Amino acid sequence: MTSTLELKEDKMLKVQFVGDDDVLNHILDREGGPKVKKERAQLLLNTQKIIKKPENELEEDDQEVLKDQNYVEVLGQDVQESLKNGSATDGGNKVYPFQNRKHPEKMAKLASELAKTPRKSVSLNKNDPEITIDIPQCSKGHSASDKSQLKNNDKSEFLSTAPRGLRKRLIVPRSHSDSESEYSASNSEDDEGVAQEYEEDTNEDILSQKIQAQNRVVSAPVCKGTPSKKMKRKKTSHLVEEYFEAHSSSKVLTSDRTLQKLKRAKLDQQTLHNLLSKVSPSFSAELKQLNQQHEQLFHKWMLQLHLGFNIVLYGLGSKRDLLERFRTTMLQDCIHIVINGFFPGISVKSILNSVTEVLDHMGTFRSVLDQLEWITNKFKEDSSLELFLLIHNLDSQMLRGDKSQQIIGQLSSLRNIYLIASIDHLNAPLMWDHAKQSLYNWLWYETTTYSHYTEETSYENSLLVKQSGSLPLSSLIHVLRSLTPNARGIFRLLIKYQLDNQDNPSYTGLCFQDFYQQCREAFLVNSDLTLRAQLTEFRDHKLIRTKKGTDGVEYLLIPVDNGILTDFLEKEEEES
Amino acid sequence: MATSSVSKGCFVFKPNFKKRKISVPIEDYFNKGKNASEDSKLRFETYQLIWQQMKSETERLQEELNKNLFDSLIEFLQTSHSGLWKNSEDWSCEIKLREIPTAALILGVNVTDHDLTLRSLTEVLQNNVTPYVVSLQAKDCPDMKHFLQKLVSQLMDCKVDVQSKEKESVQVIQKNVHYSMDSLSAWYMSVTQKTDPKMPRKKRTFSSQWQSPPVVLILKDMESFTTKVLQDFIIISSQHLHEFPLILIFGIATSPVVIHRLLPHAVSSLLCIELFQSLSCKEHLTTVLDKLLLTTQFPFKLSEKVLQILTNIFLYHDFSIQNFIKGLQLSLLEHFYSQPLSVLCCNLPEAKRRTHFLSANQCENIRRLPSFRRYVEKQSSQKQVALLTSDRSLKEETQSLLENLHVYHTNYFLVLRCLHQFTSSLPKYPLGRQIRELYCMCLEKNIWDSEEYASVLQLLRLLAKDELMAMLQNCFKVFQSSSAKELGNTAKKIEEFLAQFQSLDETKEEEDTSQLQSKGLQKTDLYHLQKSLLEMKELRSTSKRQTKFEVLREQVVSFVDSLVREYLLPPDTQPLHETLYFSSAHTLRQHLNAAPRIALHTALNNPYYYLKNEALRSEEGCIPNVAPDICIAYKLHLECSRLINLVDWSEAFATVVTAAEKMDANSVTSEERNEVIQYPFKINSTTSKSSQPAVE
Repeated sequence: MTSTLELKEDKMLKVQFVGDDDVLNHILDREGGPKVKKERAQLLLNTQKIIKKPENELEEDDQEVLKDQNYVEVLGQDVQESLKNGSATDGGNKVYPFQNRKHPEKMAKLASELAKTPRKSVSLNKNDPEITIDIPQCSKGHSASDKSQLKNNDKSEFLSTAPRGLRKRLIVPRSHSDSESEYSASNSEDDEGVAQEYEEDTNEDILSQKIQAQNRVVSAPVCKGTPSKKMKRKKTSHLVEEYFEAHSSSKVLTSDRTLQKLKRAKLDQQTLHNLLSKVSPSFSAELKQLNQQHEQLFHKWMLQLHLGFNIVLYGLGSKRDLLERFRTTMLQDCIHIVINGFFPGISVKSILNSVTEVLDHMGTFRSVLDQLEWITNKFKEDSSLELFLLIHNLDSQMLRGDKSQQIIGQLSSLRNIYLIASIDHLNAPLMWDHAKQSLYNWLWYETTTYSHYTEETSYENSLLVKQSGSLPLSSLIHVLRSLTPNARGIFRLLIKYQLDNQDNPSYTGLCFQDFYQQCREAFLVNSDLTLRAQLTEFRDHKLIRTKKGTDGVEYLLIPVDNGILTDFLEKEEEES
Repeated sequence: MATSSVSKGCFVFKPNFKKRKISVPIEDYFNKGKNASEDSKLRFETYQLIWQQMKSETERLQEELNKNLFDSLIEFLQTSHSGLWKNSEDWSCEIKLREIPTAALILGVNVTDHDLTLRSLTEVLQNNVTPYVVSLQAKDCPDMKHFLQKLVSQLMDCKVDVQSKEKESVQVIQKNVHYSMDSLSAWYMSVTQKTDPKMPRKKRTFSSQWQSPPVVLILKDMESFTTKVLQDFIIISSQHLHEFPLILIFGIATSPVVIHRLLPHAVSSLLCIELFQSLSCKEHLTTVLDKLLLTTQFPFKLSEKVLQILTNIFLYHDFSIQNFIKGLQLSLLEHFYSQPLSVLCCNLPEAKRRTHFLSANQCENIRRLPSFRRYVEKQSSQKQVALLTSDRSLKEETQSLLENLHVYHTNYFLVLRCLHQFTSSLPKYPLGRQIRELYCMCLEKNIWDSEEYASVLQLLRLLAKDELMAMLQNCFKVFQSSSAKELGNTAKKIEEFLAQFQSLDETKEEEDTSQLQSKGLQKTDLYHLQKSLLEMKELRSTSKRQTKFEVLREQVVSFVDSLVREYLLPPDTQPLHETLYFSSAHTLRQHLNAAPRIALHTALNNPYYYLKNEALRSEEGCIPNVAPDICIAYKLHLECSRLINLVDWSEAFATVVTAAEKMDANSVTSEERNEVIQYPFKINSTTSKSSQPAVE
């Protein structure tokens, strides 16, 4: 609010003739106002608070004027002062960034930049200085973080750095000699600026981080000459365009490279596992320290669980080991149930069943609600009964449903059931409305561990791990070897036809009549019946699948990956 | 026993029975596991004691606050069905007979508190109106069948409660009854018939209208019921109303319009609705604060920031008293858990007794308190030595300091309330309308240094006589209600002021004009006020003479000012305040109002924050290539649009990681590279878990 107020005051003081262009600028300026304010809110809080008091003229009757600044101040300032908590100083604009359209090459560039970021003070590559200097700027200019940084700066700097970001973007593709020809046009003034900076850089020849800071300082005076108004307008419209580009319904383009083209043999699960176990984890000392910090909380958790709170753990990294340690150190003498939320077959029913198993109940229940009621009564009757529930991944696919959460919440609200759970999904807290939250009575604990989600993801497949790829190929070869040459020929025909049509998305299979015709022409079969007999054999070995088309004609399809079929054909040719 | 399996997701661990018998008492968890820190047992007991007291106090408050509402509800219920037995020929009565009496209870958006209110309502109704009170929740009644089923089973239970003698057999039979409205009314008839003859004649005449008590049905969350179920039920039960006297109570969170939105006219015309408004949650909060924190009854206090966080969570997130109290409980627990000296946080005589038994360690703790150190520095050197070396003199000093603290609090709250009387009705409320706002400001710093306070004084100097007198009256009441001796003469002083104002009335006023002027100022806005203030100043400088009233007013204002300056010192100026005040606001915030999103973001973007390794220290927005793999992968994926190409991703990742390896050792075999490339896809599902939603 202050920034707009300031602006208003500025404008009110002068009375002058205003041209159309200026009016437009003025409007854009005002649009920019609130945006700037948002970013600056944290810095300005204290002054705003003081200013606000005498100025809230409008709300007379309502004393609960929601003092936004006040709120941000209190909830925000702790963020800054807390060191243990994982809340960094950056405001919401980074955590909730604006979705940008990104260039496909961006990632590769960033990679090369990161790769070049020196670990020790490695001197810059003399042959290619422009790239090493410019790339970081380029990729940063595009990321949301930099934008916020710009806005945090003073306004004059904001104006001068913005075009700089643009300019940088213009230069870098050219130095990379990329195909994006539209960018290669840049005016001479910019070149001058770069040259100047380049001189500066080579003179100093220090860490690239320092250079970046230097660059900004140097660039400010350089850009003073550019028409700032135009740039400003460009800036606002740029944001809007970016938004619509990012959210347009048009097909998102990714590069057309596929995993198949990656000439690299797939590993199976075992080999991968072995390889991974060889890699020594980095920062083990720090990680250990982090874990020790968490472990010190165990007693506190027990205390708080007993006092009626339930505990939820969040933060990056698998929390399974931590909970497991908690279980083995603290819960050895208590009845407890461990629930793997990530288990694909988990359900509320199975959780309730294990609770009733604890209570030695024989028999069944008509519905989940009945079961819940029975459990509730049981626990209310017998206050000496205590039960710990450990749920890994309370936010998993299977448990995140409204009904499941309601039931687990009701369980956890019982006085002698203690729940300690972990969540991983970014939006997991959205599962709980106020009613559920009060059922759960959560205390939040941040436990960032950086450990791998090995166990949690073990039920899922990785694209790059060879799943059962080796099986079909060997079985194909095995089966086909036991067939007559004619049958092999028939099958090869089908393979070839399928491979020819692999780019056709509407390919449904080879029509039986056509197939028969082709086989006849190749002298492989002499009658309809012999072909059918062959096909039956294929079908028994699950080598083909038949499908009835809409016109009632049978279509034949090999339900095997095309890549494997190509491999198979190659092998066949080698042998023959 | 392992907790991972490919065939099941739940693992039950049941230690054998003997072992389970020796359960660990909760206190043991209190002393942080390792070394039994000072007086942990005592501290835990104190915690439990204070918490129990606070809890029962809040419950009592809740009851008190709801009393009004409940009384009017009961009255409504009692009169609503009286028409049934009047046998009057009145036409309007006839109409009324076909309408189901309905109380629409507007409870406000704080859904979490509803349960408590409705539970106590049920209790009250059962005691006063009828044994047949049933409450249903929307989630139990997805359709008509379940609705009736729940209704019937709860009704039967009610009955059992009333006379549990020979009901067992009846209940078993009725379990299998087909649930319908007919059977319900039949059941009702049988029940009332049965009780009828048992009742003595006299009693029946006494409560003639209760010969058949009505059935009250509470729908806890009216908004979330399916409209069809509601409509059907209302239509059906209106048909049976003459034999089954039903009364509905709707619990409504939003606004009464909802009834008409849910029910078409044909249905809502069958209801005879009366609105009831429950107490606003803000008022509730004010009373809770008033009775729990702004009192010397409970020694435990909150610091400014903690209080601010708790009220902000309340005002901006949920309006839930229960959550507020939960926060209070947590801060109480944290205080006793983390502050060894919290053992002194109990009532004064007990605290004095406990100082006697403080261990040497605890004495050291006292000496280490910043507030105490400041205090010591101000003492004479002789006393300093005594305090720092001898435990005995320290204990004696501590006792007197504790007593001072107690006196300080007694005065503090009195003066605070008094100041609140003066500020709460000023235009623009420069110090807030609620006492909690004022309290927050006073806790934070010297209130008299603030601009707001200055403007308050200025506004006070403009008050008219009757307003000023009303305020003084209120203050007088505040002081009188307390038994504090120190401020006894303050009350006397106020009384004197009042008397002087009274006497002013009698003496003839000659400066009516100026007084009128100041009265007129009252209603204008700030701008005009300031303008007129300036004018006043000029006026005063030109014409020196002041009226008697103005002199007196000036005296009152300076009197208030002096009170504030003397007694409203912020608590951190008091020695030993750490024993009573809980100040670690960020732990509270961390546990109650956590931000998982920020934590994830920080962990991915700035690993140095967690892993204090110099190699990870980097400029804002950059990630060194030695960072944990997941951070690099995340950083790379940020550069992509909505969809990502796995090959590009893995190649880019490999570029980064191999570059890092080359710097260490120049041996990157193809196999390792292979593995490096594959690596991100091992963690692929991790990233998709945590970050992909942000991308999509």
